[in-house]
Amino acid sequence: MPTNSQPAGFWKRNQMKIAPYVFLAPGALMFLIYVLIPIVQSIWISFQDWDGLGPKTWVGLANYVELLDDDTFYVALKNNLLWLGLYLLAIPMGLAAALFLNQNVWGIRLYKSLFFFPFVISQVVVGLMFTWFYAPDFGLFSQAIKWLTGSEVAILADERYVTYGIIAAGLWPQTAYCMILYLTGLNNLNAEQIEAARMDNARGWRLLRHVILPQLAPATFIAMVVTVIGALRSFDLVSIMTAGGPYGSSQVLSYFMYEQALSEYGYRMGYGAAIAVVLFLIMMVFITLFIVRMIAQERNR
Amino acid sequence: MFPTPIQKASGPTRLAYQIALPIALVIWLFPLIGVAVTSLRPASDLAAGNYFGVPSSIAFENYAAVFRDSPIGWYILNSFKVTIPTVIGAVGLSCLTGFALAVYGFRANLWVFFAFVAGNFIPFQILMVPVRDLTLKAGLYDSTLGLVLFHVAFQTGFCTLFMRNFIKGMPFALIESARVEGVSEWQIFRHIVLPLMRPAIAALSVLVFTFVWNDYFWATVLVQGQHAMPVTAGLYALNGQWVAAWHLVSAGSIVAALPPVLMFFLMQRHFIAGLTLGATKG
Repeated sequence: MPTNSQPAGFWKRNQMKIAPYVFLAPGALMFLIYVLIPIVQSIWISFQDWDGLGPKTWVGLANYVELLDDDTFYVALKNNLLWLGLYLLAIPMGLAAALFLNQNVWGIRLYKSLFFFPFVISQVVVGLMFTWFYAPDFGLFSQAIKWLTGSEVAILADERYVTYGIIAAGLWPQTAYCMILYLTGLNNLNAEQIEAARMDNARGWRLLRHVILPQLAPATFIAMVVTVIGALRSFDLVSIMTAGGPYGSSQVLSYFMYEQALSEYGYRMGYGAAIAVVLFLIMMVFITLFIVRMIAQERNR
Repeated sequence: MFPTPIQKASGPTRLAYQIALPIALVIWLFPLIGVAVTSLRPASDLAAGNYFGVPSSIAFENYAAVFRDSPIGWYILNSFKVTIPTVIGAVGLSCLTGFALAVYGFRANLWVFFAFVAGNFIPFQILMVPVRDLTLKAGLYDSTLGLVLFHVAFQTGFCTLFMRNFIKGMPFALIESARVEGVSEWQIFRHIVLPLMRPAIAALSVLVFTFVWNDYFWATVLVQGQHAMPVTAGLYALNGQWVAAWHLVSAGSIVAALPPVLMFFLMQRHFIAGLTLGATKG
C-alpha cells in the first residue's frame, strides 16, 4: 500500500534535513527556556517596579536613573574594575607556576595535581579558608603582618584593604586554573623550533618571549577568557567573606544586584534587574570580542 | 623543551630544584594545610590559644561533632541529589546537540553554536529574577529538581561547545561511508559516533560534577529551606551558627570539599583534558 509506506518514505527522503533539528531540540529548548528567554525577560523587568509577587508597574528608565545616583553602584563598579585588572595577574602567575613545574622529575605529576588543588575546591570553602587566614588575633596572615610591621591589620574589616584581600583569595584558584592551561600548552610545544632557536643562541627570557609565548597563544587566549569572565562573575567570595561590607566597601555588581533583589533590604526585582543588565552589557563587550575571534578561527578551519 | 630539562643542569641546581618543590608546595597550599590542621585540633587548644603549635591530640571528634550536631550529612546528600542528575542530563543532551552541530551543515548551525557559547559566559545575575520566578511558578522552588533543571540547561551550553568540537575532530569518512550503506542518522549516532565519544563523556562528567557541586549562587537563589539545601549554601549557613568555632568550620569545609577533590584525583586525566580544551590548538 503506497499510503502506508509513505511516512517511512518521507522520513527516508528528508531525514538529512530533519535529523539535525530533532537532535538539537531537547537541549536547545532547555537552553532557550532557562538561559536565552530569561535574558530578554530581565531586560524587560529592568523597566518595571516589581516586588516579585504583586503586579509590575512600568517605570521606564527610572531604575537606571536611580542607579546613576546610587553611591554603592559606583563603589561596586570601581571594585569590579579592580577585580578585572588584578585578576589578570593570574595569567602571568599561572605561567610562572607552569614553567616552574614543567620538569620531568620523580613525583612531579603529584606536585602538579596538588598545585592545581585550589581550583577543585568550592569557592565557599576557599572563602572560609581565607577568612580564617586573615582573621585578626590568630589568623596566620595577620600574625605575619604583625610580626613584620608591629601592628595588626584586620584585612576584611578595613575599607582600604578588604577588596584586595578578597581578590587575593580569588587569585589562588584562578592561578591554578591558568597554570594547568599553560602546562598543557607547554606539553605541546614544537620541539624543532625551540632547538633551532637554541642553535641561534636564544636563551631564557628571549627564548620565552619570541619563541615560546607565540606558541602558547591559544592557552593565553583561553586563560584570558576564563579570567575576565571569572573576575566579572565574582560573587561567592564576596558573599562568604564580607557580604559586601564593611559599609558596602567590598561591593561588586553581582553581589549588589543580589542584595537589592533578594534580601532583607526588600525585594526590588526591577532595580536588581537593572544592575544585572549593566553587568551584562559590560560582559557583552568581552563576549563579543571572544566570539569574533572564534568566528575568525572557524573560517580558518 | 622549555624550560631546559633540569637533568641537564648542574648537580647543585638539580638539588636546589628538588628542595624548592616541596617548599613551594607548602607555601602554595598554606591556607588549605592550616584549615586541615585546625579541623583536627581539639576545641580546648583553640580556647587556650594554641592556634599554630602541635595539636595536643588529634581530634577526629570535630568531624563526628559536625555530622552529629549539624545537618551537614543531609546537605551532602542534597548535593548528590542535585549533582548526579545534572551530570546525566547535561551530558546526555549535549551528546545530541553536539552531534547535530558537528555533523550537519544546516543554515542556522553556526548561530545556534555561538548562542550556546555566548550563553556560557553571561553573568548569572541576568538570569536570576526570571529563573527564580519560573521555578516558583512551576512549583519547584526550594526543591532539588528545580536546581537540577536549571543546571542541566545552563551546563548544556558548555557541554555542547565541548562535544561539538570533539565530534568535529573525528574522521568524517566514517559517517559518510555509513550513509552510503543506508544506515539511518539515528543509527549512525547511536552505533558509530556515541561509542567514540566515551573520553569526552568522561571528561565532561567530572567537570560538570565539580562545577555543579561547587555552585553556591543558585543554591542560595533557588533554595531556602534545609531540606533541599546543597552543601555549599549549607556550609555558609552553618558558618553563621558556629561563630568563631573554627575547629568545626574547618572540619565542615574539608567535608564539603572532599567529593570533588576525590573525583578529581580519580579522574584526573579526564578532568584536565576537559578543562584545557582548546588550550593547545585554536
